[in-house]
Amino acid sequence: MEKQGFWQNVWHLYYDGFRNMTIGKTLWTVILIKLFIIFVVLKLFFFPNFISHHSKKGEEAEFVSTEITSRQ
Amino acid sequence: MTNLLLDLDTSMINWARAQFALTAIYHWLFVPLTLGLAVIMGIMETCYYRTGKEFWKDTAKFWQRLFGVNFAMGIATGIILEFEFGTNWSNYSWLVGDVFGAPLAIEGIVAFFMESTFVAVMFFGWNKVSKGFHLASTWLTGLGATISAWWILVANSWMQYPVGQEFNPDTVRNEMTSFADVALSPVAIDKFVHTAISTWVVGAVFCVGVCCWYLLKRRHVEFAKASMKIGAIVGLTASLLAAISGDHSAYTVGQTQPMKLAAMEALYNGGTDQSLTVISAVNPFKQPDYENEEEAPFRIAVPYALSFLATHDLHGFVPGVNDIINGYTKDDGTVEMSLKEKIERGQKAIIALQQFREAKKKGDSAAMDAARSVMAENMKYFGYGYVKESEQIVPYIPVCFYAFRVMVGGGCLFILLFALILFFLYKKDITKPKWLHWLALACIPIAYIVSESGWLVAEFGRQPWTIQDMLPTWVGVSDLQTESVMITFFLFLILFTTMLAVEISILCKQIKKGPEGEK
Repeated sequence: MEKQGFWQNVWHLYYDGFRNMTIGKTLWTVILIKLFIIFVVLKLFFFPNFISHHSKKGEEAEFVSTEITSRQ
Repeated sequence: MTNLLLDLDTSMINWARAQFALTAIYHWLFVPLTLGLAVIMGIMETCYYRTGKEFWKDTAKFWQRLFGVNFAMGIATGIILEFEFGTNWSNYSWLVGDVFGAPLAIEGIVAFFMESTFVAVMFFGWNKVSKGFHLASTWLTGLGATISAWWILVANSWMQYPVGQEFNPDTVRNEMTSFADVALSPVAIDKFVHTAISTWVVGAVFCVGVCCWYLLKRRHVEFAKASMKIGAIVGLTASLLAAISGDHSAYTVGQTQPMKLAAMEALYNGGTDQSLTVISAVNPFKQPDYENEEEAPFRIAVPYALSFLATHDLHGFVPGVNDIINGYTKDDGTVEMSLKEKIERGQKAIIALQQFREAKKKGDSAAMDAARSVMAENMKYFGYGYVKESEQIVPYIPVCFYAFRVMVGGGCLFILLFALILFFLYKKDITKPKWLHWLALACIPIAYIVSESGWLVAEFGRQPWTIQDMLPTWVGVSDLQTESVMITFFLFLILFTTMLAVEISILCKQIKKGPEGEK
């Protein structure tokens, strides 16, 4: 019973907190837009993992060693 | 095999560096205020907890609101740096992956669980949890953010002073051999202490500056005076501690990164009994002719002070740029190799890595062992194997020289500001001197410039190394097209500038509303 009360309190903390936000609504909007831009737009379209795009799985070490030893 | 270095467009390296610098500079606009305000609002809520006065509750809530705006704007701005590692700095990223993994994973877990849990209690928990639990949540929010910063700074410090790792030619990675050596290296401790304390200064300057704006407007005078007391006491204490920790950081830099110290001081030719340059006419737009100039022009200096700063001995030997290039003998008699010797050792290590990889393909274990042995002897100088000219290992001296002076000068200005504020608060009438109010307001942007200058000293001073002595920038960078890095550079510029404008706009609105704005 006590455990259920605790989780109910946690739920109400967040539920009431989000419902009664004033400035927080603006901030959450900004955060969500920002996260969308960072994780969806930038990460997917502009920041691929260079090594995994240029080498086969398991051959990354060979790729990097060739890269760094040939720049001498 | 095509020489990839010849194929690489060098301006791409500069774009990648500029993009990283831009992202880090913008990220660092948000972090100091978060860490600094955390201390100030924690003290204010402690006043509420101890006195039970609603005045302190309103005061703490006001500063928490400003903290919340800044916190929200700063969220995830640092994650972009990790994207850049994987795309723009893939060789570097692969080489450090095993060392960086642990600190960054801990940072992520701490940031997510500690901050997100206690931030929620702090903002939503007024009247829902006990005063004691709420106070603990407020302090733990700040502590969580500070611990996050610790792990990031541990990762950064390892790049400046790589310890606790061993290079594994099988995986072509630096692998951690001692977590304690990485997490508790002298550079990591100095960097964390100095950086964390400097953020309290930024928070205190912001607090005092906002309060002075209220005094100029004749609004919320009692609130402003009470907040200023806390802000100025925190600020003065932190500024003095920053001076002490900065002194120790300079000593550590002198021991671990002498070229950075030489660049900070524009010290071309070192020696014993070295004086500390207060100011000099170093050309801000051109790398000085350190090979031929005896010293920077029109130099005003404090006798013996640099020797004492760098060695804790008035007569200690401090190497200049030319000494580091030509080799020198330290006070304890150990000889620091010349650049030429380091280049030879580095080239041996690179050739040994090539031989190891060839031997591995053929399954020749004897040749692998032989190559491994050569690498073990010379790996410390691996990065020097890529150096062709001595000028490549000298950081851009004007930036290091002036950024260091802006940082130290700004720190002195803040000590004076906080001392004046406290003097007027306790001995005179703080509501009267408008010049002081304007000075405090002007110090808000100055605090950010000073804070960023500290970052410039640390990062420009270690050029050209992404990992000190082991990996120069032109080897750590990916073989990308310049255009793709340019596009993301400008995307970030637009994104971050917009976010900064939004933050300043929301902060200004909240400040205009004042401490009763929420009611």
